[in-house]
Amino acid sequence: MPKDTGIGASTPRREDVRFLTGKGRYTDDIDVAGQAHVVFLRSDVAHGRIASIDTSAAEGVEGVVRIFTSKDFEGVGGIPCGWQITSRDGEVMREPKHPILAEGKVRHVGDPIAAVVAETRAQARDAAEAIVVEIEDLPAVIDMKAALAEGAPRVHDDLPDNLCYDWGFVEENREAVDRAIAEAAHVTTLDLVNNRLVANPMEPRVAVGDYARHDGSSTLYTTSQNPHVIRLLMGAFVLGIPEHKLRVVAPDVGGGFGTKIFHYAEEAFCTFAARALERPVKWTSSRSEAFMSDAHGRDHVTRIELALDADHNFTAVRTQTLANMGAYLSTFAPSVPTWLHGTLMAGNYRTPLVYVNVKAVFTNTVPVDAYRGAGRPEATFQLERVIDKAARELGVDPVELRRRNFIREFPYQTPVAVEYDTGDYDATMDCLLEMIDRDGFPARRAESEARGKLRGLGINCYIEACGIAPSKLVGQLGARAGLYESATVRVNATGGLVVMTGSHSHGQGHETSFAQVVADMIGINEDQVEIVHGDTANTPMGMGTYGSRSLAVGGSAMVRATEKIIAKARKIAAHLMEAGEDDIELKDGKFTVMGTDKSVAWGDVTLAAYVPHNYPLEDIEPGLEETAFYDPNNFTYPSGAYACEVEVDPETGKVDVLAFAAADDFGNVVNPMIVEGQVHGGIAQGIGQALLENCAYDAEGQLLSASYMDYTMPRAHDFPMFQVDHSCRTPCTHNPLGVKGCGEAGAIGSPPSVVNAVLDALASGGHDVAHIDMPLTSGKVWAAMQGRGDK
Amino acid sequence: MGKVTMTVNGKSRTAEAEGRTLLVEWLREGLRLTGTHVGCDTSQCGACVVHVDGAPVKACTVLAQELDGAEVRTIEGMADADGSLGTIQQAFQDYHGLQCGFCTPGMVMSAASLLEENPKPSEAEVRHYLEGNICRCTGYHNIVKAVMAASGQEVAPVAAE
Repeated sequence: MPKDTGIGASTPRREDVRFLTGKGRYTDDIDVAGQAHVVFLRSDVAHGRIASIDTSAAEGVEGVVRIFTSKDFEGVGGIPCGWQITSRDGEVMREPKHPILAEGKVRHVGDPIAAVVAETRAQARDAAEAIVVEIEDLPAVIDMKAALAEGAPRVHDDLPDNLCYDWGFVEENREAVDRAIAEAAHVTTLDLVNNRLVANPMEPRVAVGDYARHDGSSTLYTTSQNPHVIRLLMGAFVLGIPEHKLRVVAPDVGGGFGTKIFHYAEEAFCTFAARALERPVKWTSSRSEAFMSDAHGRDHVTRIELALDADHNFTAVRTQTLANMGAYLSTFAPSVPTWLHGTLMAGNYRTPLVYVNVKAVFTNTVPVDAYRGAGRPEATFQLERVIDKAARELGVDPVELRRRNFIREFPYQTPVAVEYDTGDYDATMDCLLEMIDRDGFPARRAESEARGKLRGLGINCYIEACGIAPSKLVGQLGARAGLYESATVRVNATGGLVVMTGSHSHGQGHETSFAQVVADMIGINEDQVEIVHGDTANTPMGMGTYGSRSLAVGGSAMVRATEKIIAKARKIAAHLMEAGEDDIELKDGKFTVMGTDKSVAWGDVTLAAYVPHNYPLEDIEPGLEETAFYDPNNFTYPSGAYACEVEVDPETGKVDVLAFAAADDFGNVVNPMIVEGQVHGGIAQGIGQALLENCAYDAEGQLLSASYMDYTMPRAHDFPMFQVDHSCRTPCTHNPLGVKGCGEAGAIGSPPSVVNAVLDALASGGHDVAHIDMPLTSGKVWAAMQGRGDK
Repeated sequence: MGKVTMTVNGKSRTAEAEGRTLLVEWLREGLRLTGTHVGCDTSQCGACVVHVDGAPVKACTVLAQELDGAEVRTIEGMADADGSLGTIQQAFQDYHGLQCGFCTPGMVMSAASLLEENPKPSEAEVRHYLEGNICRCTGYHNIVKAVMAASGQEVAPVAAE
């Protein structure tokens, strides 16, 4: 029977009520009295030298308060990067300055040149149009291979070329991998592109800077997944504001998907300008502006080689990737193609030897950073595609080839640093094959063929490392941050309590699921638990929400803090009942002396903590408030098997997704409804990547897909109902809830099965197409059927 | 600049509007009805859908001054008279038809128009009707279920637990 409360229950989300009635409080809903508005004038060329900026006409526009250019930011730091990668030769990565407003050169379409602050947004826009900027065009580098060619135009004049780093992992294995590939019975090679995407949370970014004259403190309201990270980066590295004089608030945030992790120039600008002008300054991004200023995702060009022995055991994987960094290093950009990608190249398989080489490249494009999955979709896609290609070349069943190589003993130390704690890949595969009814596929294919359509079934596995991350490990790997999480549990005198968490919810429903956990632990009603997040003024230092870490890391901190609360409350209860502490048990919100009918209610104990008339003051302090910081000792490793069934129209190349099934192992599940919702959303983004979405630049660096007229967002009619299952559970062994992350799995696991399915459909029609790069638009699929594909 | 008066959620409301002021700006900035959202600038996303004289309209595509005297309904006017969630709103909560909540007001307003036009839509009809509303969180799965449920049709339970 489904539970109706606590851990395991599909409790309806409490936050829904405000969102469904128009009472949500998103950043753009915040107006601070006296605020002015800023509009950024952005570069319309990809690369050029700024010859002059004439603001004289613009300054005369009605309502203009002040116009800022880079000369107003002397002594102000650049936007910092939070992760340092070391190249194979021991050199640290190249880290060019990322100024708030362009200094001397513009380096991508959308690079901000000037900022106009005016009384209204419309006036600021009018004035921005009146600024005259002369730019001497420079040749742009867009294609990564061209960017690395000798003599290529340089994005940054102070760097010798456009290479950011050249990373090898595991470098000590390189020669052994080369040897294994040279000696293999069979090697399958695949060249592919992991297409550039734009995260596109429905809420565009917004920043409101405020400055308090009376105490010299600054406040920033911003659309962020991690307000403390923004406070630290902006305060310490950009503006020089100590943390005790800086408050960052991220209220209701309308989706993030990674792109709201990063510290952006607009946040620093609004905070800076509010202080300079001594009045609040607000910026609201338009969607077109978002396309050219939100960090993009993916954009890898890869060659992968899979070596197999005569029995079809995987013996080695070698992969070389060019990873686009864009024009500047965004906050976590260097970590995505390296540690979030290379460490996953073992996949679900016992491949003993793996070597990953990544060259990160500067180009005249918008910076690229983490987008839902971040590195792990890129790893999963190439591995699961090359396995399918190998199965085809060898004439074996792709599922059986995977099963032959599954890891079955845990813990399992991979050759790429990470150690998987638990998993059961056969279980999720079995579950998947039943859900998708693989046995019934031939009949369904025949039915499609009777209608002149080609039907295909694609299957793949995935594993990911999430619950990011052990601080000690990521420190060794170049992170300039710790990745613990925090929680303070404040119990009130009358028994209700507030959890102040360093995690941030921007759609994940923490206010509901976190309350379920704490209420369950104490045995009180969920509505007695309030979850507070998103404001550095009232939450402990936390690292925020990304990398599917909230429940595994933030939830663990909350559990630890609640355990401390219960331990103290037990002492108080023992005193009240004049019993030994060890004899007290907490059940259903009541402390009972075991083996007796003597008990005190939770509320009596909390009251005693704050009205300590009868209280063990010599042993413990009054009050009931505890904080815990939790630093995990490993990642968590969700895994699963996904399947996609498509129909291709041979006349047009149009692909219809008929069915999609996902069998995930997330360990224990707190709120199944929320977990399934996360998977649905991830699958939609994965199918979107595979079939619809593409961020495109032309050769001159013009952004071709800069609005919803050009960038194909998935819509309701693009999908069938999804089949999802999370009943295969191998609980995580190292966090107190036994949970794994579920936020990114859908986006990580789904693209390969879509592409595998389309190629399977084409093969059934006699079209031997080895690969089509995403997105598989009807034009590309049709061209491939005519033998005119890229490959 | 001129004064514009409309009946909004049953009440007569007046606020200033420039010639270029969009209905969505007039609602959000003039009346502080911030439930209606702006998610794009090309009339594609549908986060700003409201009802104007009974019809669903993207509030970013009409000028406020052209609507003087119009009757407008926004998400703030969708709850039942006693303040509890209306049928569609309740179904969205029951079937987890929202995550970040940003597209939700527009989704609810479009769904209300659909069910007015077509009280028992098929799954395909729901998906087709909601083409003008983009959601990035849910994959539409639970939105479709919520709309079907709000129309009184049987749908599968919320989670496979």
